[in-house]
Amino acid sequence: MIADAEGAEAILELAAQDPDLMTKSHIIFIPKGTNYTQALRDLKPAQFYEGPSYEAAVQRIRHVLAEAKMGLQVYLTGTEGLMGQAQNEAMQAGIPHSAIQTEHRGSVARRMQCVHCKGITEDVITDPFVCSHCGLNLFVRDHYSRRLAAYQGVCIDAEDPGNVPEPQELYT
Amino acid sequence: MSAAPQKAKAGAEKIDVTVSAVVPLNELVTRFEFKAKDGRDLPTFSAGAHTVVQMNDQGRTRLNPYSIMSDPADTSHYAISVRRDDEGRGGSLFMHRNVKVGDEMTITFPVNLFSLDLRARKQVFIAGGIGITPFMAMIAQMERLGGQWELHYSVRTEALGTYVQELSYKHPGKVHVYYDDQSQAIALEDLLDGQPLGTNVYVCGPKGMIDWVHATASAAGWPDANVHSEEFTKPQPGKPFQVRLCKSDKVIDVGEHESLLEAIERSGVEAPFLCRGGACGQCETDVVSFDGDFIHRDHWLDDDQHANGSKIMPCVSRFVGKSLELDR
Repeated sequence: MIADAEGAEAILELAAQDPDLMTKSHIIFIPKGTNYTQALRDLKPAQFYEGPSYEAAVQRIRHVLAEAKMGLQVYLTGTEGLMGQAQNEAMQAGIPHSAIQTEHRGSVARRMQCVHCKGITEDVITDPFVCSHCGLNLFVRDHYSRRLAAYQGVCIDAEDPGNVPEPQELYT
Repeated sequence: MSAAPQKAKAGAEKIDVTVSAVVPLNELVTRFEFKAKDGRDLPTFSAGAHTVVQMNDQGRTRLNPYSIMSDPADTSHYAISVRRDDEGRGGSLFMHRNVKVGDEMTITFPVNLFSLDLRARKQVFIAGGIGITPFMAMIAQMERLGGQWELHYSVRTEALGTYVQELSYKHPGKVHVYYDDQSQAIALEDLLDGQPLGTNVYVCGPKGMIDWVHATASAAGWPDANVHSEEFTKPQPGKPFQVRLCKSDKVIDVGEHESLLEAIERSGVEAPFLCRGGACGQCETDVVSFDGDFIHRDHWLDDDQHANGSKIMPCVSRFVGKSLELDR
């Protein structure tokens, strides 16, 4: 089970439904400023790991997947960015995406790739937004890449530089 | 050829071939090899593909699908292995009794409904009897790619162990043979347990074996997409019945020993097909009206479609009742 932030709530609900599940579970949790760690530890999973960021946790995720055997079930919950990136690791380890369970919890922010400089901007919550790498004003498209685990951001003022609409919060 | 979707037509493109070898392997199985009549290389295929062999049996056309078992890297010839079925409809008997080196025959372009997932970290092959044939090509392909594989092959007796000696000699560590008459059985649960993540399993053999592998893998938490199977259903004989073909405005009789698809073809109506074994979906036909019961034998339609009588796969399925009208 790989979770970040409010994804912890989904794991707590699962454990309440079936406490036996925890004796076989390895939880990899990235708090992102939340306070769920103790509640998750109290579930007494077979293994528990807390990482300061996804980037820090990815080494462990890769190691676990590389050693895993067929029959392993992968459950991802939390933000789209976390689920998308962890799904990508699981797929590369040989699990078809159709067999990976995901449950979105918490922030609706998107992980965005700038199509121009290819840099990834995490936790984008407005449209348009400024690329954290090249500084272009980017339009948030719904075009999603499973390989990159990111949505596509395209320059919104290419023809008329500076003519940028007022940023709107996503899903409002 | 354009990239546009192609209209369903009667079978894949055909190839004129000459029988280049007939090799009896044991009491029941004989290998047949084909070369292109024009002497050129045959079309490229991928391991797991089958071809439909056309037989002209005293004016009656028989079309049987057989897995191509030869190495996909060698397109100078195709090889198939045919198990003689004395109780069958006669296709395999015709091959065994009538086909000789030098005969001219027609086969279809290869079609693959049982291909390898080349992303897999490891391939596990499970064969029962003549179900070994697609794995002969898959093993050749995996050896060339340097991929990890293992074969678990169940046969009745040593004498009927088609290709057992060749396989065991070439790949001693990877080939595991189980003899029914020595009460040896594949320990499937143990075999599936502990396989590395990203393993794919392939099964070809009798229906019971295929169902057993799917059910056991599913119970062990394997994703369905990692379990592949191929089973060609043979059309079974049944009571004769009458069918009206609406588009062609014809009423045809389906005999006891012919399939609905064969009866449609005999009446001169062109109907699409590829595998003729209830697997590929090409011959799917809409039912206009019916009063009676379907005998569905395909692996293509889902349970709802089987229950509501909206469609039929004429290659293997039949009908018993008062009337049946098809959109053909």
